[in-house]
Amino acid sequence: MGRKKSPLTAFLTVPYLVWMAIFVLVPLGMVLYFGFTTAEGQFTFQNFQSVLKYGDTFFKSIRLSLVATVICLVLAFPLGYIMSRMGEAGQRTMLLLIMLPMWMSFLLRTYGWMTLLENEGLINRFLELFGIGPLSMINTEGAVVLGMVYNYLPFMVLPLHSIMIKIDKSIIEAAEDLGANGFYVLIKVLIPLSLPGIITGITMVFVPSVSTFVISRMLGGGKNVLIGDLIEQQFLGTVYNPQAGSAMAIILMVLILVIMGIINRFDSEEMEGMMV
Amino acid sequence: MKRAISFLLSAVMLFTVAAAFSSCGSDGEEKAVLRVYNWGEYISDGSEDSLDVIEAFEEEYNVEVIYDIYATNEEMYTKIKSGAVDYDIVIPSDYMISRMIEEDMLEKLNFDNIPNAQYIMDDFKNTDYDPNGEYSVPYTWGTVGIVYNETMVSEVPDSWNALWDEQYAGNILMFSNSRDAFGIAQKLLGYSQNTTDEAEIRACADLLKEQKSVLQTYVMDEIFDKMEIGEAALAPYYAGDAVTMMAENEDLNFVVPNEGSNVFIDAMCVVKGSEQKELAEKFINFMCETEIGKANIEYICYSTPLQNVYDALDEETKNNPIIYPDEELLSRCESFVNLPEETNLLIQDLWNEIIVE
Amino acid sequence: MRKARFFPKIYIGLSLLFLYAPIFVLIAFSFNESKSRAYFTGFTFKWYKELVQNDAIMSALFNSLLIAFLSSIIATVMGTIAAIGINSLGRRKRGFVMNLTYIPVLNPEIVTGISMMLLFVFFKQLMDLPLGFYSLLIAHVTFCLPYPILNVLPKLRQMDPSLYEAALDLGCPPLQSFFKVVVPQILSGIVSGFLMSFTYSLDDFVITYFTSGSGFSMLPVTIYSMVRKKVNPQINALSAIIFLLVLALLIGMNIAEAKKAKKE
Repeated sequence: MGRKKSPLTAFLTVPYLVWMAIFVLVPLGMVLYFGFTTAEGQFTFQNFQSVLKYGDTFFKSIRLSLVATVICLVLAFPLGYIMSRMGEAGQRTMLLLIMLPMWMSFLLRTYGWMTLLENEGLINRFLELFGIGPLSMINTEGAVVLGMVYNYLPFMVLPLHSIMIKIDKSIIEAAEDLGANGFYVLIKVLIPLSLPGIITGITMVFVPSVSTFVISRMLGGGKNVLIGDLIEQQFLGTVYNPQAGSAMAIILMVLILVIMGIINRFDSEEMEGMMV
Repeated sequence: MKRAISFLLSAVMLFTVAAAFSSCGSDGEEKAVLRVYNWGEYISDGSEDSLDVIEAFEEEYNVEVIYDIYATNEEMYTKIKSGAVDYDIVIPSDYMISRMIEEDMLEKLNFDNIPNAQYIMDDFKNTDYDPNGEYSVPYTWGTVGIVYNETMVSEVPDSWNALWDEQYAGNILMFSNSRDAFGIAQKLLGYSQNTTDEAEIRACADLLKEQKSVLQTYVMDEIFDKMEIGEAALAPYYAGDAVTMMAENEDLNFVVPNEGSNVFIDAMCVVKGSEQKELAEKFINFMCETEIGKANIEYICYSTPLQNVYDALDEETKNNPIIYPDEELLSRCESFVNLPEETNLLIQDLWNEIIVE
Repeated sequence: MRKARFFPKIYIGLSLLFLYAPIFVLIAFSFNESKSRAYFTGFTFKWYKELVQNDAIMSALFNSLLIAFLSSIIATVMGTIAAIGINSLGRRKRGFVMNLTYIPVLNPEIVTGISMMLLFVFFKQLMDLPLGFYSLLIAHVTFCLPYPILNVLPKLRQMDPSLYEAALDLGCPPLQSFFKVVVPQILSGIVSGFLMSFTYSLDDFVITYFTSGSGFSMLPVTIYSMVRKKVNPQINALSAIIFLLVLALLIGMNIAEAKKAKKE
């Protein structure tokens, strides 16, 4: 790989590095700056102190998105496995069917759930036929979790599938021949072998879930405010307070880093393969 | 694969180029652009056979109008304040206008360009929020009351207490903006809607927190849909919009509670630093023309502060007690004024606590 | 044993039902005569007609396509060049650059959005440059850039470097050897990088929402302000059209790929 270290070729990265410095690093630096200064530009920890009172909102965001991540994993694991054991044409079709909704605007798909879950919505109309309900589903925590699971499930299925097709059928058969039951095969063979896919999937579901403000706004009503909503409110909502908003964003980033650090110490090289 | 991709790419490219040409090819010279920032559902927009006011203005003055909407005064204020957006025209409510005047966010108007300002009724000329009438031209006014679905309530909700009533739990909607929400709590507790007393404001916040358990959700423009299809039983909202909803669903009705309420004026203003100030003033003048004003008022159902527009309305509208309430009712209503900065901050903080809980 | 084979089919069926139910409901009600979302009162095409005549949506759609097209082209060119550079770096430098590349991928969108908003507002104060087309283009290029890189790099690594050198040895000028030898081998990576950028750009709401300013409306932001207002079945009609377009696109690409696979 490091075969030909032509200095000239290395210079090809310069425009890219300059671009990323100006439009990624500088903006993040500005978030740090705003988070640690007052409106007058003096250094302060005040912004973080003022954010402390929203601790419950942080916990709620983490709780709901962890629940959504776990549900995604439980739903996606069998799906990814079943898909990986299908024939080539079947796999191709399934991948297409899983990816298709992802290519549609997630606002439209979430809007679809909004109309389904309403008190006067289709699901309640349907339940009414059996004399059940009406259940109040919209504007609840459950609706927010549902929205997260729905929107980000493909992000869990795809990496799981692409790691599981690499698992050799004969390994599982060998384990079965040696007398392992289904559960044992799952715990001792399947899960350890698909671990990189699981970790990628968790990252790709948890990060957008914990920072969303659209899903909570559309499916949670004004009653289920998450950390993303709070940040949005500081910039484009009820009061322009980039200092408090930046402090919240910094805490959010640190929380994500800590949680992801606990879940994995994954090698960035692993991900390259997953992106394709 | 390669062929499919290159076909796809050239199709996209052709489309882009064609669209680029068609959008700028038709009219050679650059048109002046006016940016209007208005409330949602607050202008006659051409739907349901109404007049498309924006299009009419574009044609009359051969300009392009960029028209965006906001849901609350606070949202509009935040976006302008952030510097991320540039608009020429905004239509804030009374208290927000005085706040923006104080913070030097509005331009003084040149009334030579707004001859139609002569039609402003006397009651709306020297207002508290713009004492010399230099910054704003009133667009509409109205009261706040409770919209309710007669089939879903046991009695007329003529007290704000109905919005805390356990029997309607899960069927009550509430304002998602702090000023209107606190205004209701203030009336219910018998305080002024412009109180700056911290203890009074905290008492209101406690009341609003208590309310959360019976609420379905907090709304602004989403209310139309929810009330029209019977998704909720009752909700506080603006009189004009209540009339719009009542036209869609005949089970709906509107009442201004006995404790009194808020009466508001929304007025057109030009944002500080507007590059199209004169055009913006022409737009304000255009909105005050009899035909245009009538089309807007008939579409949005709010009350008009303009004599010419009022005279042009049909008798039924003029005599609608919801849109043009009597003196007795108005005497029970209060209008918002801008509050001191620390009170604004306190309300904002408490409101955040209420919604995140 | 039969049970065991039956279960996967049911499971896949239920999963697909979950994924498609809201979409199909949206599409079904795009043909509904009334605005009701629970009762079907009659068949109509009128929402499609209104949608096509809706200038706000149509110009937003055009703007979104324009930004998606330009930003993915720029990101693909810049990303491919960068990938070639990165490929020649030593392990440590390479690790540093790759970490930088992952920032926009792994950072929550809302943080990217507000950070860029802060930057553009700063630019505006500095140079009187209002947010709009330029800020959107920069923002979209920035969050698209990692995808061409991540798609092209593996292809570069699979490539035999001696081929390029052989072309040089045979007297072919460097630029020509690059286009004749290197590009064909990494083309599939470039194309998938471009397509990913294009779809991410078209679909992005959060970063667009924070960086669009006023005056240059983008489709997702327009949809967001529509769903917050009165319900409008034009949204359903729009969903149906987008669904069909995406379906046609994916099926077309799939058939092409299947054909290619057969040939090989």
